[in-house]
Formats: sequence, structure tokens, C-alpha cells
Amino acid sequence: MKRRGILFRKTLNTAVKFCSIFCVAAAVATLVWILYTVFRSGLQALSWSFFVEPTKPYGIEGGGIANALLGTLFITVGAVILSVPPGLLGGIYLSEFDRDSKLSRTIRFSANVMMGIPSILCGLFVYALLVYNTKHFSGLAGSLALAVIMFPVVLRTSEDMLRMVPNSLRESALALGTPRWIAVFTIVCRAARNGLLTGVLLAIARVGGETAPLLFTALWSDDWPFSFFSEPTANLTVTINEYATNSPFEVMHTRAWGAALIICIAILALNIFCRSILNYKRGN
Amino acid sequence: MFDQEKDKVKIYSRNLNFYYGSHQALFDNNLDILEQRVTAIIGPSGCGKSTYLRCLNRIFELYREQRIEGEIIIDNENILDKSVDVLELRRKIGMIFQKPTPFPMSVFDNVAYGLKLHFKPNRKETAERVEKALRQASLWDEVKDKLKRNGMALSGGQQQRLCIARAIAAEPEILLMDEPTSAIDPVGTLKIEDLIDELKNKFTIIIVTHNMQQAARISDYTAFFYKGQIIEYNRTEKIFTKPDEKQTEDYITGRFG
Amino acid sequence: MATVKKQFLNHNKLDKVFRVICVSAALLICLILAGVLVQLLYYALPAVKRFGFNFLVSSNWDPVNHIYGALPAITGTLLTTAIALLIAVPVSFIVAMYLVESASPYVSAPIGFALDLLAAVPSIIYGMWGLFVFIPFMQKLVRIMTGITFNGYGFLTSGIILALMILPFICAIMRDVFKMVPPVLKEAAFGAGATSWEVTCDINMKYGAGGLLGAIFLGLGRAVGETMAVLFVVGNIQAVPRSLLSSGTTIAATLANNFSEAEGILKSVLFELGLILLLISLAIQIVAQLWLNRVRKQMGEK
Repeated sequence: MKRRGILFRKTLNTAVKFCSIFCVAAAVATLVWILYTVFRSGLQALSWSFFVEPTKPYGIEGGGIANALLGTLFITVGAVILSVPPGLLGGIYLSEFDRDSKLSRTIRFSANVMMGIPSILCGLFVYALLVYNTKHFSGLAGSLALAVIMFPVVLRTSEDMLRMVPNSLRESALALGTPRWIAVFTIVCRAARNGLLTGVLLAIARVGGETAPLLFTALWSDDWPFSFFSEPTANLTVTINEYATNSPFEVMHTRAWGAALIICIAILALNIFCRSILNYKRGN
Repeated sequence: MFDQEKDKVKIYSRNLNFYYGSHQALFDNNLDILEQRVTAIIGPSGCGKSTYLRCLNRIFELYREQRIEGEIIIDNENILDKSVDVLELRRKIGMIFQKPTPFPMSVFDNVAYGLKLHFKPNRKETAERVEKALRQASLWDEVKDKLKRNGMALSGGQQQRLCIARAIAAEPEILLMDEPTSAIDPVGTLKIEDLIDELKNKFTIIIVTHNMQQAARISDYTAFFYKGQIIEYNRTEKIFTKPDEKQTEDYITGRFG
Repeated sequence: MATVKKQFLNHNKLDKVFRVICVSAALLICLILAGVLVQLLYYALPAVKRFGFNFLVSSNWDPVNHIYGALPAITGTLLTTAIALLIAVPVSFIVAMYLVESASPYVSAPIGFALDLLAAVPSIIYGMWGLFVFIPFMQKLVRIMTGITFNGYGFLTSGIILALMILPFICAIMRDVFKMVPPVLKEAAFGAGATSWEVTCDINMKYGAGGLLGAIFLGLGRAVGETMAVLFVVGNIQAVPRSLLSSGTTIAATLANNFSEAEGILKSVLFELGLILLLISLAIQIVAQLWLNRVRKQMGEK
């Protein structure tokens, strides 16, 4: 019987190893490249006025992104208010009341499918639901669109975190005669408190950088976001989109980079924070 | 101890020291394993039996913190030398683990795996070698019409015999068995012990076992390890009837371990 | 034993109410999913009635005469997704393999961290970087390698950026799949005399085949709907792909570009495009989830 060449096998193995090291280096290098670009281009735009002045069209002196910052804050807080209560309650249902039945499997399946739906379609949905009928864009619509994206994420992570609470805790609370609903909130949720919070933060990190859903709902504006419920509301991401693509002026591009830098730092910091909490939990 | 006429040494170990990181597991081991005999290695948990076995096919090299000093000479070659081709070494030495390890493929592909790794057999040759290995492993009758079934679908004892068939299909010279029957039911265990008795006519077998009765039943020579050192090594009858060392006697009679 | 005085609040009733509230919250997810489908369908109807099946195969995009066709958007989506997967899947595979099999913990931990960061970067940042940095780079690269004058925009550029976006995602899942392969199985293969690459192909890939395929599905799902990164670099021309370097559009990019100023039938057309994207996404997600459920069950049996 003929022998297989050992030299060939070993060379192939080494070649694959080199290939994988090259790919790893390329991936890391790209990350560094992107972050470097964002920092280098964005830092130029940062100044005190950048943070305090509202957006102004090209040609007018000064101008910053203060209103967009505030608007993003409002929209995100709105999204949290709209998505976290149902997400948490839904997660409680799946973890505490109905772990394994046809209904809960359907709900879990729907949530998983929903998480994979493109964010732009969530924006389209809210447009159809709210904006079309009320005939105006609004920050509220933007919040709703982001809430639709966050809802399944919060639901699944809440369920996962609540499930990690040991049954003995639940049983000892109930054995004392605690009503179910009090036990869930004061004992189980409190035990899973860190994980639940982390889940919400991760969901926020996921929508914080979203642009597409806001294009049809909150749009953007040069005003302060105080007519949140009835007017287009300034926000960072759509502003970046406007400045980068719809404006040929260098100065606007720089401002877009500045805004991009802020978003990048915020989201990466949030991610690193959440991951360190989760790792700490796992390590414990 | 050795009969100059009939016994030939297959594996010489000289001054073997083994380290898991900073923790030393084997202390200056010297052992001569005989060709085409069954050598059992016994001893309490953590005494270095499996560690010793894993030196012979250099499987410890998968883990960065594990390292070795000394020599292991097989067929006039120090196999621990960097210049020795480890892939060929592992073709010559087959290993069977405590937990049966069928690969995620059909029974046929499992047995043909080692063969196809090192050779380029045509279809007829492959089929012949697979059948031969399965017959040698006393598994042919039970699986001959299930060759396309997934290897993981067999029973525990069958899986272990499948692993044995896989090991011998590539026609190695040495078989290392690390507690091969500890996860198998008694009936399966008996089948595997009978199998080992037949296999020793062709292969040099080293078996690590917790089960002293098993060692007494199937081995020709036995080495007693304790805390990384070889306390006693001799013919099996002598070890189990009139051991030289008191420690050996204490272990055999169950005073500790 | 004296009976305890009845509590002020009827906790049994409250518990029941609580349960109902929770069920409703959970069911809301199914409602929203159905709602998205229904809404898009409803608003797409005018366009469906006007253009019929021809819409899917026509590349006629004429805003002046109000005639629209979806072919450029659909083919653009397919092409960019295909390029992204062709690049991202093999690279993810060997990176995941390297991190689990060969790299020391000092190397794999920070690289894993870097990959997680790459996954967290918002898509608009990829878009910006793509527009201002990567396009000039691609321009130069193509000119150096082939001499073709290239404006930097187009399907190849979009595909590469998409690949960058889904790579950390697919890689993370593949890493988890590889980590789940029992070490003793790998030792047995090494013991038989296999090289590291052979062990990966024969054991890791076969053992984790289900999970690996699931990872690919999920990456596919992400690539199909990605808007911002593609919007900046694809060129935004309603044209069917002629070559890798030609400019065009995708469904998501068309939506993003045209929606704010759209009126009349164009709005309905855009809704129909959205509906098509939704149906594609739903199909991918449902298949992926069903497949992953099956794999999970099989793994459980093993």
C-alpha cells in the first residue's frame, strides 16, 4: 500500500497556521485602523463649543452637536422606558411561570427571529404605525423604533439571567408564604439584579449606534430636542449621516467625525463595562 | 526476571522525569517493556501511571506546561528527540482511552481513519483492512451490517472495541490502553479482556488499570507505581503472590489505595 | 391553630393578575412580529397591484414616469451578501480554529477581546470609515493591482466592509462551537497521528457541523439587512451588477436613500422593497432557528 507523504501533510499544516496568523493579524489591524481613523479625525472637531453649541448649517459660525447629544439621550431614554418593562416582564414570564411549553417555545422562537430582523425594517414599521398616521416625524417615533429593536434583546437576556438564580432561593421565599409576585420582584429579580442591568446596558449599546431606524422616524433637526413628541428630533447618528453624505464641505465632515468619535467611545466603553461585569460574574 | 531466549525489550525508558508546570509527576523512571507481552501498570490514583503512558506517544506535547526529561528508546531510537517524526511514531503506537472516543463518522470511516491518514489505500484494500481490524477486535459480527451507522450510536463496550479496531487498522506495533474497561459494563469488560489476550500475539500491549484482579488476569508483567516512582516491576505471578517490596504488598492486599 | 386574619390585599388575585401581565408582555413579541409583516404588506399593496410580478425582475427605475423595478436592489443585496460570506466564513473559520487550538491564552484572550470590540462598533462608523478611508484605499489598490481606473465605490468594496462587520460575529459563534468539542476526542485523533489541521477538519468540523452552519446562517441574516455601512460605499445607482467594481444598490440602501423624499407610488414601492427584505430575513431567521434547535437537541443527546 502506498504511503501518504508526511512532508506534504506537515507543510499543509504549517501553511494553514501561517494563513490563520495572517488573518488574525489582518482582523486586529483593521480594528486598529478604524479606531485610529475615528480618533484622529474626530479629535480635531472636539472643543468646548462642540459640546455646548447646537448644530448649525454650513456657513454659520460656530456650531457643535449639543442638541444632537441631548436628542440622542432623550430618544435612548425613551426607548429604554418603552422596551424594558415589557421585556423584563416577558422575561419573568418565561423564567418564572412557563419554562417549557408550546407557548413559551413559540415566544422564545419569535424573540430570536425578531432579533435578526434588519433594523431598517423596524424603522419602516414604526413609520407606518405612527408617522404616517400622525403626519409628522417625532423623537417619540424614534424611541419606539429603537424600543422595537431592544424589546426581544431585553426579553431574552432577562430570561437567561433570571434562570441563573438557583431554585432554592425561589423555594425558600415561597415556603415562607410570600406571594408569587412579591417573591419574583424582591427576591429573584434582586438576586439577578446585576445580570438584568447588564442585559439592558448591552441592549442600549446595540441601539445606540443605530441610524437606519431613525431615518424614517426621528429624522434630524437643528433645533433643540424639546418638541420631542411632535417634531423631528436632533440625534447624533442621523446628523452624522447628513454631514458625511449630504454635505460636501470639509468642516461638516470633521464635525461628523467628532460625533462619530463620541458615539464610538460611548458604545465601546459600555461594551467593555458590561463584559467585565459578566466575566466577573462567571469567575465568581 | 527476563528470559534471555524468548523475551526481547521493545521500549527502554531511562531517567524519565515529567513535569506538569512546576509540579513533578515522574521521578527518574527506568522501565523495560517487553515485546509482544502484556505489561500492566498499577498503583493508586495520581501515582503517574497515565502520565507515563502518555509519554510514550508524546501526546503530552499538546499541552504547553507539560514537559519531560530523559530518554525513551524504541527500536534503537530515542523517540523524545525533536528530530523524530511524531506522526510516524503515533502510527506505530496506538492509544485507547478510558472513555470510548468514537469519531463523529460512520463505523467504517472510524476504523479506516488511521489507515487513510498514513496510507493511500484503494477501495478494496480499505474494505479488506477494515474487516480484518474489526475481526481482530471481535466486533465484525456485531457491526458488519451497520458499517454505515454513526460510530457514536454503538453501545459503550462496542464503542471501545471500535476504538481498538481503529487503533489496530493502521497496523501499529505497540498498543497503549489507559483504563480501557473502567467505563464499560462487566460483559463488555470480559470481551475486551479476551481480546487483549488474543492481541498480544501481534502487539506489545501496555495497560494502565485500577483493577488489580484485571491486572492479575491478563498481564504477563506488572509495574507498581507510587507517587511517580516505580516501586516494583516483575512477572505478574510474582508481584501478586510474593512481592519483594512491602509497599507493593500493602497495595495488593488493599491496605491502601 | 388559629387562622391568620385575611390579608388586606388578596394576593391570590394579584398573583393571577401578575401572571396575566407577564404573559401579555411576552406575547407582545409575537404581536409585533406579526404587526411588522402586516403593516408592510398593507402599505406595499398599491405597488403590488400596480406592478405585479414584473416588479421583481424589472430594472427600470424611472421616477419621472413613476415606473420602478426591484431587480437592481435585489441582485445588489444578493451580490454584496455573497461576497461578504465568501470572505467572512473561511476567515472566521481559521481564526476561530487558531484561537481555540493553537494560540496560547496570552494571545487568544486579547484577540478575542479585540474581535468583540470589532463586533460592537456601530455600523455608521464602518460607513464613515468606508467612505473616507477605505474607498480611496480600494481606488489605489485596484489601480496598482490591475491598472483599472476605479472610483472606489461598488459591490466589491461593500462586500468587503460587510465581511468585516459579520466576521467577529461568525467567529465568536464558531469559537464557542470548537470549544465544545470534547478534548478526549481530539486527543484520540492526535494519538492516531493526525496534524492539527487534520484534527480540525476531521473532528472539529464534523462534530460541530451543525453549530458552524448555524453561525453561517446568522451571519447571512446580518449581512442581508445591513444598511448604513453599505449605503455609504455602494454607489447608490439603480443598476444591476455588471462587475465587482460597478456601482449599484441594495434593498436597504435604496430604502434609506429614497424614503424621506418619497411620495405617492414610490412610497408604496419602497414598502414593497421592505416587504421583500422582510420575507428574505424571516426565511433566513426561521431556518436558522429551526436548524439551531435541532442541533441543540442532538448535542443534548450526545
